[in-house]
Amino acid sequence: MAALINVPPRARRGDVIEIKTLMAHIMETGYRRTAIGDIVPRDIITSFTCRYNGTEIFRADLFPAIAANPFISFFTVAAESGTFDFEWIGDNGFSATAKAAITVE
Amino acid sequence: MDDQTTRRNFLALAGGAAVVAAVPIVSVRPAQATPATMAAAIRNVVGGAVVHPGKVKLDIPPLVENGNTVPMTVGVASPMTTEDHVRSIHVFNEKNPQPNIGNFHLGPRAGRAVVSTRIRLADSQKITAIAHLADGSFWSVSVDVIVTLAACTEEVI
Repeated sequence: MAALINVPPRARRGDVIEIKTLMAHIMETGYRRTAIGDIVPRDIITSFTCRYNGTEIFRADLFPAIAANPFISFFTVAAESGTFDFEWIGDNGFSATAKAAITVE
Repeated sequence: MDDQTTRRNFLALAGGAAVVAAVPIVSVRPAQATPATMAAAIRNVVGGAVVHPGKVKLDIPPLVENGNTVPMTVGVASPMTTEDHVRSIHVFNEKNPQPNIGNFHLGPRAGRAVVSTRIRLADSQKITAIAHLADGSFWSVSVDVIVTLAACTEEVI
């Protein structure tokens, strides 16, 4: 479960910062078939959440139409120093978390 | 009616069959969303509310070589204050197996209502993004995309 997170390490208070996230995942759609015709069962990430010092600032519901290794980028206002907690939840009990720290001056 | 096959009937049938055969192969996939299912998925989100055109910007390449990973950025013109912000952005397609692409829930703390991701497209089609604002109104934009290599069709080896 490899996550790539890109958060600026420091920012000025009130700045709008971009957060980029990438999670390694096959995102199997459930519509593909093997060479002998069996459907490959769906295996996707269904939910992504980002919390900033415990408060949810961004959430996404994902569908099979999201490409493999889901990349999601979004913005937030740098309000205070602290941590971003990222959480991915998916089929077959998939769950992954990541953290990133930010210093706000 | 009579079962007698006349030359005229035969030619009409043969012509019809030729038209069916001329439809490109991608359209005979079993599972496929249609503009009607996309409309139903949009109704699930907006309910009976009026969806206004405008405010939303959908950046997606108009000509896509590989439908398996298509960069997409959706942005909404909004000051993102406590009173006036974007609650959520919903993206739909009309020809993938499912009409939904993603739902993105924002809030006033987002600062800027812009979200980027990478999506799959099974066919040349129309993509629609709908923004739900804090005042309850819905705004949308639609973009046509041409896909040369479709996603979802390849076999798993």
